Amino acid sequence: MTNNRPLLLKFLSAALVFGAWEIAGRIPVSYAFPTFLESMQALIAMILDGSLFVAFAETLKPLVIGVAISAVLGIAVGLWVGLNQFFEWLFSPIFIVMQAAPLAALIPLLVMIYGIGLTSKIFVVCIMAMPVIVLNTASAVRNTPSSLTEMGRSFQASQAELVLKIIIPAASPVIFSGLRLGVSAGFIGAILSELKITPTGVGDIITYSRSIADYASMYAAIFSIIVLAVVFLNLLEKLEHHLFEGNVRGYASD
Amino acid sequence: MLQTSQPTASFPIAATDIAVSVRNVSKNYGAVEALKNLSLDFPRGQLTSLLGPSGCGKTTLLKIIAGLLNPSSGDVEVDGKPIAGPGRDRAFVFQDFALLPWATVLRNVAFGLELRGVAKSEREAIAEKYISDVGLTGFEQSFPHELSGGMRQRVGLARALSVDADVLLMDEPFSAVDEQTRRKFQEDLLSLVANENKTFIFVTHSIEEAVYVSDQIAVLLPRPSRVSEIIRPVGLREKDMSTIRRDPEYLDIVDSIWDSLRTYVE
Repeated sequence: MTNNRPLLLKFLSAALVFGAWEIAGRIPVSYAFPTFLESMQALIAMILDGSLFVAFAETLKPLVIGVAISAVLGIAVGLWVGLNQFFEWLFSPIFIVMQAAPLAALIPLLVMIYGIGLTSKIFVVCIMAMPVIVLNTASAVRNTPSSLTEMGRSFQASQAELVLKIIIPAASPVIFSGLRLGVSAGFIGAILSELKITPTGVGDIITYSRSIADYASMYAAIFSIIVLAVVFLNLLEKLEHHLFEGNVRGYASD
Repeated sequence: MLQTSQPTASFPIAATDIAVSVRNVSKNYGAVEALKNLSLDFPRGQLTSLLGPSGCGKTTLLKIIAGLLNPSSGDVEVDGKPIAGPGRDRAFVFQDFALLPWATVLRNVAFGLELRGVAKSEREAIAEKYISDVGLTGFEQSFPHELSGGMRQRVGLARALSVDADVLLMDEPFSAVDEQTRRKFQEDLLSLVANENKTFIFVTHSIEEAVYVSDQIAVLLPRPSRVSEIIRPVGLREKDMSTIRRDPEYLDIVDSIWDSLRTYVE
């Protein structure tokens, strides 16, 4: 029973949002705003004729490559920056600037350097996703409880064991929250690059549907990418719970 | 009178029975002298308390003995050999338990052995034994956040015992648990000292606790830290643990330590 309650609440909040959407679409707030049911019809139509899958295959390319690069490189650089004062001094300003920079303004520059192909889009995803992963990882590593590292040293852990068995697991909750933020930023980057560089994939559906005033399809495309992002973030959370079970309830010393 | 500051001659302790020896250790943090030229011997198989007001450097001294901190000068000898960092001969029990929150009780207890490269099945068998010794049978697969403070410290103790070090270093191990649990711990500690042939070095800020559990109490005074006196409540060690707290000797020693410490407590 207690297990069902969160699920019930999720359905309730979904019903509320979709209900509000349906009502807003029926008023209508704007002629460019379709109802929920119209959007779902368009979504089903796109699923049935396969165009949604073709679009996703296109969008997922820069997204998956970019997020993978950001995760691997971001965590590695974050560890490095967090463990070493000198690298922190050297690198963390770069990522702070990257995080603060208005990405849309940088896109013309990227297109000039890397053209309008996949490379530019991957770059956009990385610029969006990487800084938060690096900065979160670095600060998590720096804030490893000192008694845990002392405990490791007192039992003669090697430097590698300290990092692998104590520092990384201790930092994992904050690393994972950085990953979640990074992945959602990556989704924004992927769509942004499809809208700003060349219309492909889901970005193409959005742009094209808008130009022919097929707003239902446009919102269906936006809806589908949000659903994908939510599913992906949930999977990430599952992975975290699976890897570091005891971390879920926080620290024992709290 | 009290058995204070008596020469070792009145107790039959030979030089070879010194397990840990601290010689002229000083520790400076910049301009601050945390420890100044401190020397102290820890007899084998006994429990020595480091007692003093906060800021007297007792934890610093313990961490130097553990090899976690380097002294600015002087050295520490274990079994007559100077130490260079942490070693197999010493195990540490932490004030805040220092348990891995993502690991089960079993893995936490076995973690010291894991870091020493003991094979999984072997280290888990050893850990099982110590988990049952500290009374945590049935909690092997629990996580630290599911345990009470007292149970967490039992895990920390089992981890330190499982590596079978000769010297057990305890940094205010009972200060984060409640009063009743602490009393139980103190009684358990007395049996542990009696049954295990280990040397215990025990940091505490509680005068009563130090007098209750110690074979030898080193009273440390601050700024800079030095050993002001060494007290051996020998009479108490033959008494039954349930009567110690109303023993006149116990009360006298507690009072006299408070007399010498009170001017240093703000």
